[in-house]
Amino acid sequence: MSIEVNGKEVKWVEDETVKELLKRVKYSFPLVVVKINDKVIPRSDFSKVIVPDNSKIAVVHMISGG
Amino acid sequence: MVKTMDKEKIKKKLKESSVGIAGAGGLGSNAAVSLARAGIGRLVIVDYDKVEKSNLNRQYYFLNQIGKVKVKALKDNIKKINPSVKVEVYNEKLTKGSMDRYFKDVDVIIEALDSAEMKTAFVEEIMHKLPKIPVIAASGVAGYGHSERIVTKHLGNLYMVYDADAKSSDDDVLMAPRVCLMANWEANLVLELLLGD
Repeated sequence: MSIEVNGKEVKWVEDETVKELLKRVKYSFPLVVVKINDKVIPRSDFSKVIVPDNSKIAVVHMISGG
Repeated sequence: MVKTMDKEKIKKKLKESSVGIAGAGGLGSNAAVSLARAGIGRLVIVDYDKVEKSNLNRQYYFLNQIGKVKVKALKDNIKKINPSVKVEVYNEKLTKGSMDRYFKDVDVIIEALDSAEMKTAFVEEIMHKLPKIPVIAASGVAGYGHSERIVTKHLGNLYMVYDADAKSSDDDVLMAPRVCLMANWEANLVLELLLGD
């Protein structure tokens, strides 16, 4: 009953959306792309898509500097 | 394969290509100079800033250019290196809703902005409005060392030069070695996209 978020093991929560998961793991930086099991999730679906158990989540984000 | 492409073919292909660069700071100025040296035919560069003394620790400007409009100074510097490059510059601030304005007819776009918010807004808008043009972005340029943490993340038409563990430039220093490394990583990706594997 766990998922992997950017390589770190995180407890899986039933019926949790992508949006709720990002909030729980405190990913508040400007996001670019979220992938679940290598499938890109559009931002417009963050509050609809439920995170499945045992899934691998990759969050690619932007950090300031240029 | 590049190996099978002879030098003349590479030169011709690059000469016929155009690259858009959003921002003329640490990433943009260094990427632009590298691409000019490589022989890209046309560069479209957009920035609204002026050269400041504090920029000289990482950006491609000189002491006697302090106070000058960045895109004009950068154009001057590129012309001294390779006068055959067509350099189109716009002294404008990119704003949400019209980020794509100057980049509609280029082959590849480089994101070289500063704040995370603007970087994200730019990439999202370009991917939405110009879905056929590859975008190269960079995240995590601050700090020093840890070159080995930098990777290229490929997500559809977005290529990110990426260090997931870097700190924001609000909390860490910006210095030439790492900034130029990532700027040239972006420029190197441009060549890879234009010339193929």
